[in-house]
Amino acid sequence: MTTTIAAKRRREKLLEGLFLATAWLALALVIALLVAILADVVADGWARLSWKFLTGFPSRRPEEAGILPAWVGTLYVMALTAFIALPIGVGAAVYLEEFAPRNWFARLVELNINNLAGVPAIIYGLLGLQVFVRWCRMGESVLAGACTLALMSLPVIIVASREALRAVPNSIREAALALGATKWQTVRDHVLPLALPGILTGTILALSRAIGEAAPLITIGALTFVAFVPKSPFDPFTVLPIQAYNWVSRPQPEFHQNAAAALLVLLALLSLMNGIATYLRNRYQQQWQI
Amino acid sequence: MREATTRRALWQERIMLLLLTVCALVSVATTLAIVVALTVEAIGFFRVVPIWRFLTEREWTPLFATKKFGILPLVCGTMLTAGIAMFLAVPLALLIATYLAEYASKRRRQRLKPLVELLAGIPSVLYGYFALLFVTPLLQKFLPSLPTFNALSPGIVLGFMVLPTIASLSEDAIYAVPRSIREASLALGATKLQTTVHAVLPAASSGIIAACLLGFARAIGETMLVTIAAGLMPNLTLNPLEPVETMTAYIVQVALGDIPRGTLEYRTIFTVGLALFVIVLVFNLMGLFLRERFLRTLRRM
Repeated sequence: MTTTIAAKRRREKLLEGLFLATAWLALALVIALLVAILADVVADGWARLSWKFLTGFPSRRPEEAGILPAWVGTLYVMALTAFIALPIGVGAAVYLEEFAPRNWFARLVELNINNLAGVPAIIYGLLGLQVFVRWCRMGESVLAGACTLALMSLPVIIVASREALRAVPNSIREAALALGATKWQTVRDHVLPLALPGILTGTILALSRAIGEAAPLITIGALTFVAFVPKSPFDPFTVLPIQAYNWVSRPQPEFHQNAAAALLVLLALLSLMNGIATYLRNRYQQQWQI
Repeated sequence: MREATTRRALWQERIMLLLLTVCALVSVATTLAIVVALTVEAIGFFRVVPIWRFLTEREWTPLFATKKFGILPLVCGTMLTAGIAMFLAVPLALLIATYLAEYASKRRRQRLKPLVELLAGIPSVLYGYFALLFVTPLLQKFLPSLPTFNALSPGIVLGFMVLPTIASLSEDAIYAVPRSIREASLALGATKLQTTVHAVLPAASSGIIAACLLGFARAIGETMLVTIAAGLMPNLTLNPLEPVETMTAYIVQVALGDIPRGTLEYRTIFTVGLALFVIVLVFNLMGLFLRERFLRTLRRM
């Protein structure tokens, strides 16, 4: 009797060990893939990174090609996207968290936002092509691109902002309201400033997601070969991921190296944004003791 | 004087409430705009090509001289790459999620979770680059007959791309299972692993299925990776070793070309987009519904 129990226990221990080993293997696989991607792109692209590459224009000869229009376009689109999406996203979040009555309309908006967060990027591209490029006659401009990416990042910004607003304790609101402030004054002067770091963190992460995405901008007709730097919001443009896609889809290995180098620059930009977001979160995260 | 300030504040309140409502309405308007923008062009398309031909023909050659408009090859390509991705991602994600939620110490969990989520932050063009120039050559060492463009390599990489979505949502679901369920199982003499497999995971199952559905919707909608590495060849096949074209890749292919606007060929991208939107919507809504139900059950427990 005791031996069977001991045998059973041994078997259970073995099974548990097996499970843990497989789980660790899965994690190791994920880490190995991350390392492989980074090592691959660094090995291919590092040698191409140079001042000339960063300040040059695209060219038919791979060794002379540069990414100046691409990274300027990326920063331009990103700034404009933030300018459009941040106020609308925060406004919607404030409405839903602070003002909306709990009724069917609020639930509908909420379901709608959750669903929009799952709509593929390329569908936003078709939306931008139809609405901004054609109906609003913006053309294939920086502005049309920014409007498209703004709609795409809105759901993420709204969800993050709502979370940040929810983290502000109710006592703050009650204190302001008790002193006679209106609801909007309470939100403007007390709730929003406290939620701002969280909102900014979410917004930066949403932007970094949007800016790495090439599909919607290709769909609205962003160019793949741009020999100038966009100056006004109505200029045609290209961005880093589109430039990289253009190079990787060519057969010559020299262009593949250019693509790797452009992707490295994009990765550096994304890491910088993620770093800022993490810094903001750690620096301003408050532990409420109420 | 005081009354004037109060009145101003009240007006301000009303105007701000209006503005904030408008902001919230932008999201509803976006959904409506997507539906309208796609449907308008799709109607134009279906006036020329009957919908039954679109849904049943087995060839997709709108850019050739003899035009065929059967969407099946594109849907098949999409399902093939997304299917390979799920085949890989679901077991890996569940193992990782179970380990992180049930076994890992708090500190280890806090360290490993962001690492897994890093996968979601990598731009899809880089995934495409990696699939085409690293994974495919690697696979060709084992399968010498594998063509440069195939469904297998982007499918595998796509699996890693959607893994964080599935792992993170499943982990939340597993973590949310109340302690009492674990305690009840342990008190009956079950081991930790038995508790996990027979009590915790079943309790979290609808949340886990929701995570898989949302991950699948992601895989269906992914674009650049499959555009770069799967080939741009509409192919009605379930053989992962052949080149295929997904619905998303077709849209990019046409958007990059110089097809004049307003032509039938041009309308195809909105029609394919509408089909994609509907498919993704179905999976997303099922996922959201299941997750909602899961959370409601939890609250009752």
